[in-house]
Formats: sequence, C-alpha cells, structure tokens
Amino acid sequence: MPVSDGEVAFTVQEAVDAAERLGTPVMVKAQVHTGGRGKAGGVKFAATVEDVQEHATNILGLDINGHIVQRLWIEKASDISEEYYASFTLDRSAKQHLGMLSAEGGVEIETVAAENPDAISKIHVNPAVGLTREAAQAWVDGANLNPVAVEGAVDVVMKLYDSYVQGDADLVEINPLILTPDNRVHVLDAKVTLDSNSVFRHEDYTEFDETQPRDEREEAAHAKGLQYVGLEGSVGVIANGAGLAMSTVDVVNQVGGKPANFLDIGGGANADVMAGALEVINNDPEVKSIFINIFGGITRGEEVANGIIEALNRVDIDAPIIIRLDGTNADEGREILQPALNEKLMMEPTMLDAARKAVELAKGAEA
Amino acid sequence: MSIFVDSNTKVIYQGLTGSQGRYYGLLNRDYGTQVVGGTNPKKAGEDVDGIPIFANCAEAVEATGATASCIFIPAPGVYSAVMDAAAGGIKFIVCITEGVPAHDEATFYNELKAQHPDVQLLGPNCPGIISPGQCNIGITAGHIAKAGGPVGIVSRSGTLTYQALYELQQKDIGVTTCVGIGGDPVPGTSFIDCLAAFEADPETQAVMMIGEIGGSAEEEAADFIKNHMTKPVSSYIAGVTAPPGKKMGHAGAIVSGGKGTADAKMEALRDAGVKVGLNPTEAGELMAEIVSSL
Repeated sequence: MPVSDGEVAFTVQEAVDAAERLGTPVMVKAQVHTGGRGKAGGVKFAATVEDVQEHATNILGLDINGHIVQRLWIEKASDISEEYYASFTLDRSAKQHLGMLSAEGGVEIETVAAENPDAISKIHVNPAVGLTREAAQAWVDGANLNPVAVEGAVDVVMKLYDSYVQGDADLVEINPLILTPDNRVHVLDAKVTLDSNSVFRHEDYTEFDETQPRDEREEAAHAKGLQYVGLEGSVGVIANGAGLAMSTVDVVNQVGGKPANFLDIGGGANADVMAGALEVINNDPEVKSIFINIFGGITRGEEVANGIIEALNRVDIDAPIIIRLDGTNADEGREILQPALNEKLMMEPTMLDAARKAVELAKGAEA
Repeated sequence: MSIFVDSNTKVIYQGLTGSQGRYYGLLNRDYGTQVVGGTNPKKAGEDVDGIPIFANCAEAVEATGATASCIFIPAPGVYSAVMDAAAGGIKFIVCITEGVPAHDEATFYNELKAQHPDVQLLGPNCPGIISPGQCNIGITAGHIAKAGGPVGIVSRSGTLTYQALYELQQKDIGVTTCVGIGGDPVPGTSFIDCLAAFEADPETQAVMMIGEIGGSAEEEAADFIKNHMTKPVSSYIAGVTAPPGKKMGHAGAIVSGGKGTADAKMEALRDAGVKVGLNPTEAGELMAEIVSSL
C-alpha cells in the first residue's frame, strides 16, 4: 500500500536525526495503543528540524488516555486534498467480514456513524468466498469519493482485505486514507488489532504482544498465563471460569464494594494455579480482602480445597480470604477447609454472603 | 424429550487418543453416552479402552452409524476437524476446543452453511451439551444435573452453566437439555437456534438463558422471544460492571465502542417479557417461581 517514508524514534535525538535523513517538513506522531492522539497533542507538524526537537520533547512522556508515549514515528509530511476512511472487521451478527468506507475521514468512524450514517458505504464479505474486484469496485462506487480517487481506492481496499485475512486481524483501519493534490491515493495512518488466538500461525505476534501496555499487576499475571484484568477497587477476586469471574466482579459491586481485578483461573483450580493467582493478588497494595469463588464441576470439591490449602502454605497472604466453595462434593471440600479457618481465612455458604463479607472486611481495613 | 441429542445419539470423539479427549470421552461414556468411536489418522485400527479408532469421520460413520461428533483437537487443527466431520456425514458437531482464531470460525461457519446446510455446529470454546440422564457430550459434570425437565438451559458461559444446573438441582427442578453455546465471536449454534428448539420441544416448558457482555446475540434472542416464543424465559447476563475495551476471559466478551453492554442486553430482555436476575442465584430463584406456577 502507498505509505509515507518514515522512521521510529525513541529519543529526541533519534527524532531529529530521522527528520534530517527524511528531509523536512515532517510529522511527529506518538505511537501508543489508543486512539485520539491528535486531540491529545500527540501528532504535530514540524516545518523545521528545530520544530521536530520541540515537538519530540513535548510528546515523549506525554500521557494519552493513560498510555505514556515512549515511541515516536517521524514521517514525511503529505499535502492533503481530501480525507477518507476504510476498514475491515468481523460483523458478529452477520457472521461475515464487514468493510466500511467513507468520504468523511480524519475523524472517528463512531462519530460519522452517529451523525451521518449514510456517509458510510458498507460491504459484507463472505469469508468462504473472499472479496472480488467487482464487489470492491461496486462498494467504492457507493462511497461518493472524488472520481479521481476511485481506482486507487479499489487497489487499497483489495490490499487491505488481503492483509486483514492473512494477518488474522480483528480490525484493520486506515484513517485517514488521503487524496493528494496530484491525485494520488495514499495511506496516512492506520490502526490494527490482531487476534491473539492466531499466534500459532504468526509467531512474530508474541513480540507485538510484549509492547502491550500493562500495569505491574497485569504483567505479573500475564507472565503466569492467568486471565487477569486490573480494576480500581480493594476486593481481590479469584474465580474458576470466565463467566463466574465476571459474575463475581458484578456481585462485589452489587453489594457495595469495589473489585480490584477480574481473574479466571480456569476449570481445574489446582494448587499451582491457585498459588500463582494468590501471589498476583497479594502483590496489589490496594487489595484489602480476597474473595475466592470456586464452583466444582468435574474438579471435585476436595481437590479444590486441598489446592487452596497447599497454595496458602506456599504463599504468605496479607489480606483476609473469604472462600465460597460450591458444586461437586462441596461438603467434602468444606470439611477439609474447616480446620484451617481462622480470622484470616473464612468460608461463606453462598456467593452473595461471601461477597458481603469480603466487602465488609475491605471497608473495615480501609477505615 | 430433549433437543439436539438423546439416548439414541451415537458419538464419535475427534481427538479421543489425546489426553483431554480420552479423559472426557471416557467420562461421557461412563455417564451413559453412546461413545462409539474416535478418530486419529495415525492410529486407525487401535482402540481407547475398547473404543475403536478410525482414520476419519467418514470411516467412523460408515462403521458405527454415528450422527454426532465431539472435537478435542488443538486449535490449529479445528478447521480441518470440523470439515472432516461434516464431509463424513456427521450432523451434529460439538467443538470443545478453545483458542480457535475468529477468521477460522467465520470461514467454517459459512462453508458449513453453503456446503452442508443440514449440519449443526455447537461451539467452538463451549462446554458441550447434556440431556440429563440420556446423553452428555463435552466437559459438563453430569451428576450436577437433574433429569426430566421442565427447564431447558442455554448459556454462553461454562461455569455459569454448571452453576445454573446445580441451583436447579438443589431446588429439585429437572432439565430437558442444557446447551453451552460458548464464548467465542462466531458460535456455530446461536441462542435463537436453541430457543426455537426448546419452543418446539413438548417436554420443555420454560427456558433459562445465560448471556454475557459483547456482541448482540442477547438482543437478537430478545427479539426472537418477543415475537416467536410462548414459553416463559428467565435470564442472567454476566459482566454488568466490566470495563470497556477489555476481553473478560472469553474472546467474545468485550464491550467495544459502547456496544455489547450488559445493561442494554438486560433492557432488551426485560422488554421481551423475560424475568432477568441480577446474579445467578436470583436467576435460579426466578426460574423456580416460573416452574412452580406452570
């Protein structure tokens, strides 16, 4: 695809050197995993090398929606006549790929969709068939681009579809796709989201994944292979299964508390996984109580209980723990836990009772 | 009665020779499921605890008359396994495997629709299906489900499905069939497929539906319930307080661009006359009320 010449820079000096090699004027662009960079002051035009120095100094270290800028992209500036938008994503309802093209580029597509939905030309592509040039042509024709841009736009969307499919992307988005004063169609900026399930055929994606911004807690959980999402509260949550973990977070909120995290340890709930999960939660200074919510299915209650006890022997936990154990052989499991109970390790019969207890303890510790 | 599978269903396990396939295949057989064969091109002619292994589904179907299969193949091989099952004459494919790329799912979904329109795929990334007392295909613990009806269950989440089965069992309420459709972006079987089957099943008199954030499957189900269902439905949606833009464990459980929130889903379901519980226990209690008034 036609893109601008450019270089990555991690320091002001690298940015200046890049600009000298490329020749001014250039654009100085923050490279962060979030949108809205322009509005936040993360994308600047630099007419001279001195401008590059100034903008790079300001942008490096800038906080954009919670993402600190550590990497810049310095590229040759382009003259723009018109700005368009093009993307592919999976339409979950239609169970097909969805292409969107609009003559109103340069702004967020959600805004266009809300204010002027007719300005978006859409195409559904059956993944078992693929995108034909004829279909792409008709789609582009429907977008009311400048007639001189049509042929170039068809080329770009055909290539965009190929990269979307070959790259196993959840989203590929070009915004803006521009028409230059000399009538070239050119890709000025893009966003790509990759499907982490496709790593087995894209080994290099692991490297990209390492550039994901994660807080310390998320980094530690990721290293242990745990499904963890950091939240802002004081009740640490451990549950087996994604649905139950989501539900546990909900219930803690419903009884007036604030969960510190979402953590799914999967179906097995053995001692190793439990110990790893407890370590991650214990290292979160905001956590004042821990709610372990386990439903025994194939894994029986006594196995779960033994796993918890063994994990507690391996990890020193500061915050009080409240366990709710239900499902297969829950009674046998509770019997195993009974002798270990004390003021730091409690058990409640239901999910709601356990949530209330965990929230009460967290609030008590905060007061 | 039940939907999709019953005591007559003969099942082939694709990946029976692997550790997961063997473990759950034998557990399912112990439950009473007719586990009549497995597939593995390298081990054709061998057996797993007396269950014969075939090179592919076509040979397994030919020899056993199986109509269903259960896939325990690692994610890179799932596309081929699904197409092998459909080409081999399997009519109901249950795919337990998680971690299948979304593009693969969208592709085999559409290929099945075009080339094998009579084949129903359940999953991927699902716990499977159980018609209690008759047939259990997948990873659900069979003993937590009471047989006999009158409730049918359909769910996007594994552990919340078990929770629902267990809560109903504690209340001495039976289940006709419990279907876990899975938490991925392109599930082979939708809520609507299951709701329509439950509506048509004379033994099922009420349905419990468990959803979660992400996509619009619950809203589409609400629309179906409003216009096509006479049987009462209770529901629970997980992820009310999930932060936007984060995948909550399941690949499909994500609120993006303000779409797919639990609140919007609950609102649509309430509007369709569904009794919506704020947590799994409440949803179970609502179902108990429905059952007592049947």
